[in-house]
Amino acid sequence: MTKKEMACIVCPMSCHLEVTLDDNNNMIEVIGNTCKRGEVYAKSELKNPVRMLTSTVKLEGGLYKRLPVITSVNIPKDKLFDVMKEINKIEVCAPIKVGDIIISDVCGLHADIVASRSVERTDGDNRTESNTCNSK
Amino acid sequence: MYDILIVGAGIVGCFLAHDLSKKELKVAVFDREADVANKATMANSAIIHSGHDPLDNTLKAKLNVRGNEMYESICKDLGVSFKRTSAFVAATSMEEEDTLDMLYQQTKNRNIPVMYLTKEEAIKKEPNLSDHVTKVIELPTTGIVYPWEVAIALAEEASENNVDFYLNEQVEKIKKTQKGFEVITSKGNYEAKIIINAAGVCSDKIYGKVSSKVDFEITPRKGEYFVLDKLKKPLVSRVIYPVPSSAGKGVLVVPTTHGNVLLGPNSEMVDSGELNNNTKDSLDYVKKEIHKTVKNIPMDKVIHSFAGVRPTSTRHDFIIEEAKDVTDFINVAGIESPGLASAPAISEYVINEILSKKIRMNEKNMYTKRRPNIKLKEMTEEEKNELVKKNPAFGKIVCRCEQITEGEIIDAIRRPLGATTVKGIKKRVRPGMGRCQGGFCEPLVVDILARERKISPLEVRLDGDNSVMLMEETKE
Amino acid sequence: MKEYEIVIIGGGSAGLASAIEAYKNGCKSILILERDKELGGILLQCIHNGFGLHMFSEELSGPAYAERYIEQLKELGIEYKVNSMVIHLSKDKIIQYVNPTEGYVSVKAKAVILAMGCRERTRGAIAIPGYRPSGIWTAGTAQRYLNMEGYLVGKRVFILGSGDIGLIMARRMTLEGAKVCGVAELMPYSNGLPRNIKQCLEDFDIPLYLSHTITNIKGKDRINSLVIAQVDDKLCPIKGTEKEFEVDTLLLSVGLIPENGLSEEADILLHEKTKGAIVNESYETSVEGIFACGNVLHVHDLVDYVSSEGMKAGRAAAKYMKGELTQKEGFQTEGKDGIGYVLPHKVNVDNVEDKIECMFRVTGIYKKAVIRVYKDGNLFKTIKKQHMAPAEMEKLILKKEEIEDIKSVLSIEAGYE
Repeated sequence: MTKKEMACIVCPMSCHLEVTLDDNNNMIEVIGNTCKRGEVYAKSELKNPVRMLTSTVKLEGGLYKRLPVITSVNIPKDKLFDVMKEINKIEVCAPIKVGDIIISDVCGLHADIVASRSVERTDGDNRTESNTCNSK
Repeated sequence: MYDILIVGAGIVGCFLAHDLSKKELKVAVFDREADVANKATMANSAIIHSGHDPLDNTLKAKLNVRGNEMYESICKDLGVSFKRTSAFVAATSMEEEDTLDMLYQQTKNRNIPVMYLTKEEAIKKEPNLSDHVTKVIELPTTGIVYPWEVAIALAEEASENNVDFYLNEQVEKIKKTQKGFEVITSKGNYEAKIIINAAGVCSDKIYGKVSSKVDFEITPRKGEYFVLDKLKKPLVSRVIYPVPSSAGKGVLVVPTTHGNVLLGPNSEMVDSGELNNNTKDSLDYVKKEIHKTVKNIPMDKVIHSFAGVRPTSTRHDFIIEEAKDVTDFINVAGIESPGLASAPAISEYVINEILSKKIRMNEKNMYTKRRPNIKLKEMTEEEKNELVKKNPAFGKIVCRCEQITEGEIIDAIRRPLGATTVKGIKKRVRPGMGRCQGGFCEPLVVDILARERKISPLEVRLDGDNSVMLMEETKE
Repeated sequence: MKEYEIVIIGGGSAGLASAIEAYKNGCKSILILERDKELGGILLQCIHNGFGLHMFSEELSGPAYAERYIEQLKELGIEYKVNSMVIHLSKDKIIQYVNPTEGYVSVKAKAVILAMGCRERTRGAIAIPGYRPSGIWTAGTAQRYLNMEGYLVGKRVFILGSGDIGLIMARRMTLEGAKVCGVAELMPYSNGLPRNIKQCLEDFDIPLYLSHTITNIKGKDRINSLVIAQVDDKLCPIKGTEKEFEVDTLLLSVGLIPENGLSEEADILLHEKTKGAIVNESYETSVEGIFACGNVLHVHDLVDYVSSEGMKAGRAAAKYMKGELTQKEGFQTEGKDGIGYVLPHKVNVDNVEDKIECMFRVTGIYKKAVIRVYKDGNLFKTIKKQHMAPAEMEKLILKKEEIEDIKSVLSIEAGYE
């Protein structure tokens, strides 16, 4: 039996987990987690670590030149760079709605790459323009 | 063929270029740096000393006193800041008091205004004066300037009046010819009748390019400083000197024209004029020494540290003379402290005592004054709004710490001899000089510079050719 | 001069939450002034996930989190101005701002909410020795370039400071094709969240050098190398422990400083430790009717806490408008051994609804430790804590009836049983 300390990465609470393992590296017990997800995380981290991936894709017609994107679900940690290659090929045009699917089923991982913000279409150089809005 | 070719666009080169631009002469200025005022002029104490402390019978003493008299009207004329703040020299021991008495006498003999203050009088004027201070003299003619603002304004006006500036261009060879000189630079060949060597820490090397009998050596001396943020209650309103010693003027507390405070310098001999790096030991020394004369220094308000290298020469005085072995080659070298304070007088001296005997100097009929910078901070609200109506860029604040608008930055780029680099903009209009040190505004400045110069942001430089800012675009 | 009930300076997470909450509590005349091109503040460049777990029970990216508030704000029809920099604030609540379309404008507010956020500590503030070439950036500036503009500031990177932005940038730059050579942290512990050490450094085999600092920066034009050294317990570099890294970029993640230039102008008293305003239970500063929340008040580690603080300040400002806040000195709070600061700094129990949340930070790492709470010097409560670190903000919730009898001071102390 061995004990292992790990930081839970599920949320910014960063719970300090103490995992007890048997001789085959199977988890017997976890303490220190403040929610159920900590236990799920510990189990997965030992066998098949997964991560959310966030990056950007090229964007035309928006206020900025990049659109932030995120994986719809966790993907295997060792596939991060493969997915980055796919993300780097994409170029999108505004308008974009948060949650829009940018790449579906990326690398056959059953995860989509989705827009993590909305972008309005802004034609031309908007950089020196001032918008005074009363939003109603 | 240039009549006069100046090597070095520091404060001395800029004063000379400016003053000579009023004459009917063809003048050129060369500097290997990307901007004028980029070395010693960029990193010094920014004080127009009264002339109290150079040794008797030196050019330093003579030209400092004269320079101090000249500065105020020159700055007014150029539309740049000058403030006669006055200064204290503060003694903290019996021994120092003796030196202070000698200094008082020397100052008096030079007809420079000076007075003794009791400790009480001194503290009334400068409440943060250290408790260690035992005796004080005040030097009311002492002033402060924004050194590179002065140099840039001089260069701009010179440029407006047909002086040619060659920046980013290194002088490689100088050949004496029958008509004068041939100058070979990293970018081209030029001819000149007279050369003025105002190359600061490189002046011995520049002289060495045309002479085998170089009769001085530059032994660079580095000084390091801290800059304090603008404080709600000013720390000091005058320059505070300790009593000078063999090592120089000592560690000073200097209010700046923009409301910051400089703390420094130390003084350290270095092998090369290029070694303008900060070291922990030097900064620690400044931190320790600074409390000798002033108390309540908020070191948590430090926003920047820097180092400057002064061109101290082996002759320990300014060297302003025609080279003994090369006719028409004029050395203006060893211009260390009080070089900034003396610079207008140095130019005057070079013109009156040396150049006027060599070349005809008729005044130009037409002379164009420089257009002063647009300084929104100094305008009334109505004036500002008038400006914004004409050009909305003056309503867009780029630098929040110094409150600099996009309009002012664009102006700094479009002016004659305008900024071409991020540092050039910083020097002219100050975005990035405040407490966030450009964290917020630097990307905006890069953007404006790229747009104005019609280049990619990847081509924007901080300063010299190799100082790229951004490395590559992602997803390309 | 145009008048508003509440003017909010800053349209980031604190400002947005405070505006919405003030509106919901009956204030309809609200103006948000935002300096950037759009609302959202620093969240817009924080494209990583981890936001919203407390507020929405979801894990969102920074921009998505901001969007939830911006949508709500727009639905309520709360007025805001972007590209509008506030340049003056006076203690009688006159605000001067400037933007390209209106020029320089002054408005009067009955209440002001400060929500200006914070700025990054710079190289200058910590006086790193060496040359001053290009290629030295604060992590947040590099983050904006990378995530919004699409530029990598460098290809071989070293990071000083283990703050969260630095850690997150280590991962981001690695994913985008840069090599991150290491992270040095002056303290013997990390200043970032453990989860970021794990998923931003360990996942990519990026070494973390604890108790190390930079002793030299080389390169006159662009940085070409830097030297780090281990530090002793007085944080001074130890000779002989130097390591040199060939890099083209140094990112600094060495702390955040609340942006209180305007607060100082309005004569608001600031706290020595937090560098933010001294506030009472209603998040009201020393100037009546001026409130503060979010990172301008004290630096947070979670945006959810910023939003919740914004809500409290917004609610309090609305109560102030309605004359429902009583002005009374109340008792003080203080951090004793092991506690950096406690916020709020003063409590007037009359204005406390049913409970009060005291936020504090410890000054070192504590494992299997306790928090002791004292009322007027008498031990009142001991709370067990598995783990506490300076990077993580701690919360202590006290019921109104628990604090009603405090006469002068509520103290919090960290220690062991």
